[in-house]
Amino acid sequence: MKIVKAENLEYEYVKLDEDGKVESTLKAVDGVNLDVEAGDFIAILGHNGSGKSTLAKHINAILVPTEGTLYVDGKDTKDPDKLWEIRQTAGMVFQNPDNQIIGTIVDEDVAFGPENMGVPKEEIWRRVEKSLKSVGMWEYRSHSPNKLSGGQKQRVAIAGVVAMQPKCIVLDEPTAMLDPNGRREVIRTVMELNRQEKVTVILITHYMEEVIYADKVIVMDEGKVVMQGTPREIFSQVEKLKSLRLDVPQVTLLAHELRKSGLDLPEGILSIEELTAALEQCRAGKA
Amino acid sequence: MMKDITLGQYYPADSVIHKLDPRVKLVGTMVFIVSLFAFRSISCYILATAVLVVIIKISRVPFQFIVRGLKAIFILMMITVAFNLFLTPGTPVFRIWKLTITAEGVETAAFMAIRLVYLIIGSSVMTLTTTPNDLTDGMEKGLGFLKRVHVPVHEISMIMSIALRFIPILMEETDKIQKAQMARGADFESGNLIQKAKNLIPLLVPLFVSAFRRANDLAMAMEARGYHGGEGRTKMRPLEYKNRDKCAYLLMAVYLLAGGLVNYFVRF
Amino acid sequence: MAIKIERLNYIYSEGTAFRKQALKDINLEIPDGQFIGMIGHTGSGKSTLIQHLNGLIRATSGTIYYNGENIYGEGYSMKELRSRVGLVFQYPEHQLFEIDVFHDVCFGPKNLGLCQEEIEERAREALDQVGLDSSYYRKSPFELSGGQKRRVAIAGILAMHPQVLILDEPTAGLDPRGRDEILDQVAKLHREQNITVILVSHSMEDVANYVERIIVMNKGQVFLDDTPSRVFAHYKELEGVGLAAPQVTYVTQTLKSQGWDIDTSVTTIEEAKQAILRAMS
Repeated sequence: MKIVKAENLEYEYVKLDEDGKVESTLKAVDGVNLDVEAGDFIAILGHNGSGKSTLAKHINAILVPTEGTLYVDGKDTKDPDKLWEIRQTAGMVFQNPDNQIIGTIVDEDVAFGPENMGVPKEEIWRRVEKSLKSVGMWEYRSHSPNKLSGGQKQRVAIAGVVAMQPKCIVLDEPTAMLDPNGRREVIRTVMELNRQEKVTVILITHYMEEVIYADKVIVMDEGKVVMQGTPREIFSQVEKLKSLRLDVPQVTLLAHELRKSGLDLPEGILSIEELTAALEQCRAGKA
Repeated sequence: MMKDITLGQYYPADSVIHKLDPRVKLVGTMVFIVSLFAFRSISCYILATAVLVVIIKISRVPFQFIVRGLKAIFILMMITVAFNLFLTPGTPVFRIWKLTITAEGVETAAFMAIRLVYLIIGSSVMTLTTTPNDLTDGMEKGLGFLKRVHVPVHEISMIMSIALRFIPILMEETDKIQKAQMARGADFESGNLIQKAKNLIPLLVPLFVSAFRRANDLAMAMEARGYHGGEGRTKMRPLEYKNRDKCAYLLMAVYLLAGGLVNYFVRF
Repeated sequence: MAIKIERLNYIYSEGTAFRKQALKDINLEIPDGQFIGMIGHTGSGKSTLIQHLNGLIRATSGTIYYNGENIYGEGYSMKELRSRVGLVFQYPEHQLFEIDVFHDVCFGPKNLGLCQEEIEERAREALDQVGLDSSYYRKSPFELSGGQKRRVAIAGILAMHPQVLILDEPTAGLDPRGRDEILDQVAKLHREQNITVILVSHSMEDVANYVERIIVMNKGQVFLDDTPSRVFAHYKELEGVGLAAPQVTYVTQTLKSQGWDIDTSVTTIEEAKQAILRAMS
């Protein structure tokens, strides 16, 4: 079962002049085909303006395609009758932690989604407890969100989406405004949700370190999918990533440079341990 | 100045007043305010004072904390008192220059001052013992009958609770933008009134831009979480009257009745 | 000696239950022309410290000397200090307010009371320094991309001709391309104008490529203050305060612990590559 399926998806931003006439159009997403299996952890990479956020907003039916079709759990997002079902199936976490928390108390914010869905009171309490525990924020349930760190706020936002019991969570640059500790917290939380609750995760980011845990990486540029594959496959193509002006983790880059200098190292090294082990082998081979 | 305003702040404590249903507290405050303006005799004000003192005692909010809120309205009070003192016609008792103070003036001014002070203290007790959330919830449910005449009660209460969430964020942001502009040599202190107002532009424009951006983001986030108005919404903490709330309503009725009786039978 | 900080303390909300010592006995000297990285996680006091340097926050105790003069001395002009010590806040694009890019950059020099000609000259020069040509002058700051907005905001500070430029997390929220552009421009400014630069950042990797000195802040105190390679040699202590050295440091340190004869003072990819190649041969 494909949880998200895009067929020749196109989206155009239209800029109108003062008389309401079309002044210019910008194709933010341009002919994207996408298949996401239920339970997968997908990372979408690309720099600002590559269309990755626009694509993400389609999955939650905040935007509907100009051309082509997007199916979420088999439902066409263009069908207005399915709107609330789709939003319940695919939850969304945004970039700015301050601008997506609605409640003035942590638990009330988590309850916001279920309340909108008309979930009975006892069930709301059960879900709030479960989702706050799953992101490790249960002790903070009666705090004001304003007193939390950026990473904690994002975890509350994730809990708010989890409480709606979605099959899929789309995270649109959830770590862009966080410090390194906050970023680690959020990514760890997302990975646990994927592993333990089997929630499909679509993570949009421009931090390379965050995509190495994904099952599949999709690289976007100018509205098109330009690379697709496992993290190792993607990071084997250092030169191509560089030409797209994307970052490569330092170890991957170092391994790549060493290869260029003639060392016999495998492509697509992702961690410090992998590199040191490969170097160790390399030295043993030489000796 | 800002920190003197206790109206609208919450003082956490474990008391019966804190636990009361917000609707009870809203109605209670209204009853109290109405009674202040209905009462016309000293004996009635003694009753009101007694009730207020008892409520404050039960609420466990320190008296000094409540009184601090009065500082903010001191000037307003002085003006009101002055107007009443000098402009009420009646038997003159005192004359300075062209201004005459009348016996009636003294009486009205005194009552006016007491009313204002009690009004502020009474409402402070309500806001100090009720979380902003409960307050908006109480308004939504307590004023639910207004829905029938097409007053968007749910929307108003949602707006209030969002405002409560964003006020501290925007305050912090104001401080940050102000500092950023000061780093560019902006001066928010000197100059005459017009100059000062003009100097605020570098502060206000970015603040509005930011508020709009936040509003936009928030609207999208709310929509993504399935918000579609008050229709078909359930509540995590629905308001339900408990026995203590019913008692409170009863006491309010007793208070009004007592006030009426005192007004009618006691001759001072 | 451009900036000298002596026994600086800063306490929030003194005398209340919220009392918090944000800075504790800070002693630092910042000579002219240095390129410094200031690292520390959120709440370590680094943002509070830099706001002291241009007088936006007044120390609870201690002294700051700018070019030998006590900035808390009587009659010392804070306005003058702010034009000499330029501070670019985090997300500086949030301070843009004028109708177009050019006017916005003029705001700072205008506040210095310069003549119109000089103001415009400086604005042109500053925009040029951040790589924005005249085609941007009449654009509204709100229609630019995130990275461009940020460059306009930085130009707004540069137009005041600061001798010290402090940037608080100048790359926060930018993508790799925007980040590299900003950092390269700052490095170029440092090189060509010879101004002192203090770069506040969370990222060791970003900082390691550019700076000659790193100040690590922790719990309101200076935790480490040295050259990058010597700071990163303390990678275990850095982890203890929630920070980390660049990945390349870990690579050479791991190899060393596995018995390699390798130089572990590397801070950049190029240095690491050379060290590994040398150790292999």
